[in-house]
Amino acid sequence: MSENERLEIHVKQLIRLAPARPLALLALSGLALGVAACGGGGEGQGAGAEGGEQLSGTINIDGSSTVAPISEAAAAAFQAEPPDVRVTVGTSGTGGGFEKFCKGETDISDASRAVEEDEMEACSKENISFEEITVANDGIAVALNPQNPVTCLTTDQLTQIWDKGSDVSSWSQVDGLQPSFGQELKLFGPGTDSGTFDFFTEAINGEEGQQRTDYNNVGEDDNQTVRGVQGSEGGMGYFGLSFIKENEGKLKAAEVDGGQGCVAPSNETVQDGSYAPLGRPLFIYPSDKAVKRPEVKAFLEFYVENAQMLAEQALFVPLTDEQKSEAQQKIESLGSQQAAVR
Amino acid sequence: MASAKGSAISRPTVRGLGIVRPRYGELAIRTVLLACAFVSVLTTFGIVASLVGPTIEFFQAVSLREFFLTTDWAPTFTPARFGVIPIVVGTLSVTFWALLIAVPFGLGAAIYLSEYARPRARRTLKPILEVLEGIPTIAYGFFAVTFVTPLLRELWFAGEPPAIFNVLSAGLVMGVMILPTVASLSEDAMSAVPRGLREGGYALGGSKLQVSTRVVVPAALSGIVASFVLGFSRAIGETVVVLLAAGAIANLTLDPRESVQTMTAFIAATGSGDIATGTITYKTIFAVGSLLFTITFIVNLISIWLVRRYRQVYS
Amino acid sequence: MSPRYDKAVREAGLTVSEGRGFTRAKELAFQGVLIFSVAIGVVGLVTLIVQAFVNGLPRLNLALLTDPPSPLPAQAGLESAIVGTIFLMVGVAIVVLPIGVGAAIYLEEYANGERWWNRLIEVNIQNLAAVPSIVYGILGLAFIVRGPLGLGPVVAAGSLTLALLVLPTVILASREAIRAVPSSLRQGALALGATQWQTIRKQVLPASIPGIATGMILSLSRAIGETAPLLLVGGVTFITANPKGFDDLFTALPLQIFNYTTRPQDEFRVIAAAGVIVMLVLLVSMNSVAITIRNRYKRKMEVN
Repeated sequence: MSENERLEIHVKQLIRLAPARPLALLALSGLALGVAACGGGGEGQGAGAEGGEQLSGTINIDGSSTVAPISEAAAAAFQAEPPDVRVTVGTSGTGGGFEKFCKGETDISDASRAVEEDEMEACSKENISFEEITVANDGIAVALNPQNPVTCLTTDQLTQIWDKGSDVSSWSQVDGLQPSFGQELKLFGPGTDSGTFDFFTEAINGEEGQQRTDYNNVGEDDNQTVRGVQGSEGGMGYFGLSFIKENEGKLKAAEVDGGQGCVAPSNETVQDGSYAPLGRPLFIYPSDKAVKRPEVKAFLEFYVENAQMLAEQALFVPLTDEQKSEAQQKIESLGSQQAAVR
Repeated sequence: MASAKGSAISRPTVRGLGIVRPRYGELAIRTVLLACAFVSVLTTFGIVASLVGPTIEFFQAVSLREFFLTTDWAPTFTPARFGVIPIVVGTLSVTFWALLIAVPFGLGAAIYLSEYARPRARRTLKPILEVLEGIPTIAYGFFAVTFVTPLLRELWFAGEPPAIFNVLSAGLVMGVMILPTVASLSEDAMSAVPRGLREGGYALGGSKLQVSTRVVVPAALSGIVASFVLGFSRAIGETVVVLLAAGAIANLTLDPRESVQTMTAFIAATGSGDIATGTITYKTIFAVGSLLFTITFIVNLISIWLVRRYRQVYS
Repeated sequence: MSPRYDKAVREAGLTVSEGRGFTRAKELAFQGVLIFSVAIGVVGLVTLIVQAFVNGLPRLNLALLTDPPSPLPAQAGLESAIVGTIFLMVGVAIVVLPIGVGAAIYLEEYANGERWWNRLIEVNIQNLAAVPSIVYGILGLAFIVRGPLGLGPVVAAGSLTLALLVLPTVILASREAIRAVPSSLRQGALALGATQWQTIRKQVLPASIPGIATGMILSLSRAIGETAPLLLVGGVTFITANPKGFDDLFTALPLQIFNYTTRPQDEFRVIAAAGVIVMLVLLVSMNSVAITIRNRYKRKMEVN
């Protein structure tokens, strides 16, 4: 067997045969051992922090890759204070996150669309009840390469490009494109577990999950869409607005005409609803069981209290003041329900 | 040594005063060690078992015909389509470019090291090759996306430059990755050729070129071919380089400038996305995994057969 | 054979007495091709390393090792990844050392090569060495993370999966080491009345420790660089804290480098490159430690 022979010979040489140059190798190993020792010894985050309350435990969050950056920012800020609470944030996608949530595997589910009927059923089967809390607003941005002269796309054009069965392969085939552009069309988009995928397909193609399949499927890794569109002149993709803000200059967002004229996505147009139909709220869904734990409650309060700042930090569209007070009320009511039960 | 092992020495008994008593301690130890060795059998069994169940369930839902003969690969969509050909072609496409680099240049490097190089050069170059083999694939993947792809796109002169994710970058980098394996194994095979053959060739007036290519290489053919097959195996099974550099679109094409998805990339991308156990998407991972495992298994069998067939035994 | 003879053989055929220009040219062209072949490998290696250094140098500092990963590039580091890798390797070593050495001892000292079950074991080990690493990931996902063991995507699951991956290598290296022990040692012990296990424990194993250690370190260095199985077994959660134990979620060095490589911001590319440098240094030093161990004990044994 070739691999076996290969290994055998390699190992034989090392174990039996002539010595190599020890001195230089020893020096290198010393250097690397030093590197490893320093790396293993340092406990950077959270050590030595005072923290008022004695909170401890692990909070598991999973779900949308769009919402994840805010949750990560909340987690990082929250963990800077009480040292014993660990918050982990996964990105299995809105759908994947709900699956785990409804099995009781996670405490909070990130979602870039509202929970669906069948997911609610699955959760109630396992006796998991939850709350829906809006933490930020978002617009789905349609990303184009900076060299693409097109600035505005109508929803009809988007449907023509993205709908199931579409075989548009070049920008020149798009109806009524202004100005004209002849590059080959290269599509990048999220996978079917993504809330962004669900939302976009429903808003543009009329039915959730309905879309052509011959596109670069980046799964939950929206950064690959950024890279893909950035690197292809005729490239086009869609993801949450934060990715545009994060990659200023590398991409541009198309204005979307939903019937009321071309509207560019921005904090204002998303908050006042004029960026239609691609504006949406972003949710977190904590389970009632998890909220009963003090560290989770504290985290949620922290999250909502700082939601606007966190959203801005993560380049999202922050909550309106109205939305924020609504969310805070919900958190309070969760707490008082708990008190009532006790 | 072999026969001595299983004989009287290892029989765990004690002879004393004509009575033969079994030594239970020895027997126990032997059993424990046998169990350790059996873990390897368990692993193979585990791999096959983990693949077979879901694969059978998969093919109860999806016809063999659709899987092997249709060309639309969209397993996560509704309605899902399961034509596996695009990702198989993607794998073979990248493998082709990898072998295009690794086979000729690996063999060339081996011939040089074995026949031409001065001992000092050989002592420096051989360790460099060994180091190349030990570099983790993530480093090669990083190299492909951050250096090779931009370079190719900048220097491309014939028609449309390669896409941001393309077959060629992944293939070339994989070629450099596999080259040391081919070179090492071939060189070992050529070193094993007895000197007498070479001397005979030179004595008959052959030039170095002639002796190398007409005497040494044919004599070492079994090992050389084994190295090619091993390179092929490694190329097919490689995951990280293609995941980073080749793309995520099940695109049926032979154009090396386009993005494709390989079987390994599909498994990695879908499997790391936390699909629920029992869904058809989950089972698709196993079906493709079975296909991959079967291909590498068959390739290995072929390599054994080839080695046996062409092996020249020297007294 | 004397050096002069070696040289003569080497240079035989390099000069063609019947100087026909075409043949000479062919000879030179062939040599050129060969040197080019070697050059591709060397140039490839050098470019890879230099490029990683050039890209990663700005971020190659202590903060890289002590900062946890972060979505903000200025603060992003590799701490949890390094600690995760260390945890994984400890786990792999714990699992693979007894099983691998045990299997090697059995195959070298006890097994009768004629019996079918022993041949089955040998064939199995050879087959496993050729299985793609992603298939081990599938095995881990199906049986260790989910399924019968159901450990979840924790360090223990990662260690077990990687252990199975490198087991064939460890067995092979240990067998080599055990085989290298001169039979005089065994026979002497047996002649003095030792049982087989006593012989192995007191004579054979101690003599083969350097070889086994070398093999272990080589296998561990291979396991450190594996990304594919961890993608399926560890999940791509963004872990910023170090794992607290073997039943905790984790990230590892190759996984984190992978994560940073896929991000489009240029600063992340620098961090990823720095991570690649860290990995390369780690691996080179592990390999050199292995070689040094072997050398030192080899000299010791020769003196004896």
